[in-house]
Amino acid sequence: MASVTIRNAVKAYGPMQVLHGVSVAARDGEFVVLVGPSGCGKSTLLRMIAGLESITDGEIDIGGRVVNELEPKERDIAMVFQSYALYPHMTVRDNMAFSLKLSRKSKPEIENEVRRAAEILALEPLLDRYPRQLSGGQRQRVAMGRAIVRHPAVFLFDEPLSNLDAKLRVQMRGEIKALHSRLKATMIYVTHDQMEAMTMADRIVVMRAGRIEQIGSPLEIYDNPANSFVGGFIGSPSMNFVDGTVVEEGGRLVLRDVSGTLWPLGEKARAYVGRAVQVGIRPEHIRVVEGGIGASVLNIEPTGSETHLQVEVSGQPIVVVVHDRLAAEVGASIGIEADPDRVTLFDQQTGTRLG
Amino acid sequence: MTTKSRTRLSLALDILNHGGLLIVALLFLFPFFWMVTNAVRSNAEVMAYPVRILPHVFEWDNFAKAWTQLPFGRFFFNSMFVSVSVTIITVIVSCLSGYAFARLKFPGRDALLMAYLGTLMVPAIMLIIPLFLIVNSLGMVNTFQGVILPVAFGTFGAFLMRQFFLSIPMELEEAARIDGASRLRILVSIIVPLSMPAIGLLSLFTFIAQWNNFLWPLIVMTGTDNATLPVGLTYFQTQQGTQWNFIMAGAALSMLPGVFLAILLQKLIYNSIALNAGMGGR
Repeated sequence: MASVTIRNAVKAYGPMQVLHGVSVAARDGEFVVLVGPSGCGKSTLLRMIAGLESITDGEIDIGGRVVNELEPKERDIAMVFQSYALYPHMTVRDNMAFSLKLSRKSKPEIENEVRRAAEILALEPLLDRYPRQLSGGQRQRVAMGRAIVRHPAVFLFDEPLSNLDAKLRVQMRGEIKALHSRLKATMIYVTHDQMEAMTMADRIVVMRAGRIEQIGSPLEIYDNPANSFVGGFIGSPSMNFVDGTVVEEGGRLVLRDVSGTLWPLGEKARAYVGRAVQVGIRPEHIRVVEGGIGASVLNIEPTGSETHLQVEVSGQPIVVVVHDRLAAEVGASIGIEADPDRVTLFDQQTGTRLG
Repeated sequence: MTTKSRTRLSLALDILNHGGLLIVALLFLFPFFWMVTNAVRSNAEVMAYPVRILPHVFEWDNFAKAWTQLPFGRFFFNSMFVSVSVTIITVIVSCLSGYAFARLKFPGRDALLMAYLGTLMVPAIMLIIPLFLIVNSLGMVNTFQGVILPVAFGTFGAFLMRQFFLSIPMELEEAARIDGASRLRILVSIIVPLSMPAIGLLSLFTFIAQWNNFLWPLIVMTGTDNATLPVGLTYFQTQQGTQWNFIMAGAALSMLPGVFLAILLQKLIYNSIALNAGMGGR
């Protein structure tokens, strides 16, 4: 096990810079998730840690050793790929044993390691099968088994669950977390799925356009997003944003949006009276109430445990999550109310969180 | 259209399709049929007019006579030695160069590939004299290396292998690199086993091309001892006349290894064609 420290990592392909001086550290035994939209540089960063991409500038340190110039095999890492990258012409056993054979381990040692990994991942009955004879979930487990047998200091995962169906993804999420608890190894996991990031990470690194937007625990990031991008990216359904000006009306702090609708704000908005801001409201922090802000229902999406309502307030779409069954129909007029103490204020120009 | 008339139409189309295919197949098969039937006639009957489709008398011992009249065993060995050697060298060189062109990054790689492919435009016949002069200056006339080496480093194989290697997911190589494999180990343990369809196809093409190669061995080799089968067959053409029946018997015998190899590699070749057609035949 080892910590991973990245200092001002830059990656450029010719004149095009895709990572602009990224610094992040994963502590020994920590589960760090790199999350962000496609093209944000998260996979590039992971591949730089693995040694599959060169580092244009900066330093990558694994276990106190700068590894910039080291080959992947010298970095003491293992990686699980999105496509699993299992060798199709080798059995599960041979796939898992390949790295051990290359490191000239003895036969009994290899057999022991493979058996141990197979036991952890419930792969024993599949050891003599070929990858094509396995389901997606089983292939995923073999890919993890191939990583486990090496006892690497750091596990790297590059969107390993993207090719699985929704149910299997949830199951594998749990299995990877269980594996982390069992091995207590440092794991760096890349995903574009914020739900995966929220449920698996000790810490989340949110990236956009080659830069880190925020680093923090899942709930820290959820409750206190550093900017409107993070607020909008983390959480499903996404945070609602309303532009307007903070004003005081009859002793109450409110946001007056462009259509003149008044959105109640908490005391922390007092410092911004008269200022143009953007307010972020989580869908679950909006309630349907009689006499609230007038909204017309555009769409109703019942998920069973909750209902997602898409409503329109003065021409602006807003999503509301309600936990009770709702009798409203599409086109109906309802009233909504946001919890004023749980709205987040952002600078309208820069998107940075205020207060 | 009713179901009945649809069935009739599809039956008619089937008959038309299969009929067309049968005619083309027969056109391709006829030269082989003619070779085999001429191999079991007397030489007089081969030249007789009107032409008979089947021999009047089947002279099966023509095969044995053809085999014993000239040192056919020697020709056979020479051809086998040359063809197998060229095939092995071609496959190894094509895999190495194909991998370099597909995966290694070095300055001028693509320009070099283009220049390399450009040599395909040069007709082989134009190279015969310069090649002979080189072989002669190296003292390799009338030696096996003189026949083998100039034809073993072809462009086609490198290009075929490069194209196939490009279709192998990069992630497999990256996984192997992380597992601790060197470039050569990746090529040997991952890329080559996954490229068996292409290697099978290249082996078959190369083997058959060399097995049937006439001009180059004729120029480089002198004397009966070093002749390959196609060259040896010409010894049935003498000033006293041509023994067509023996030439056909010898040609029929010389086809056997190619046919055997094609049957042996049939599955690999099918997979290769399927893969190249994007059908995912693996």
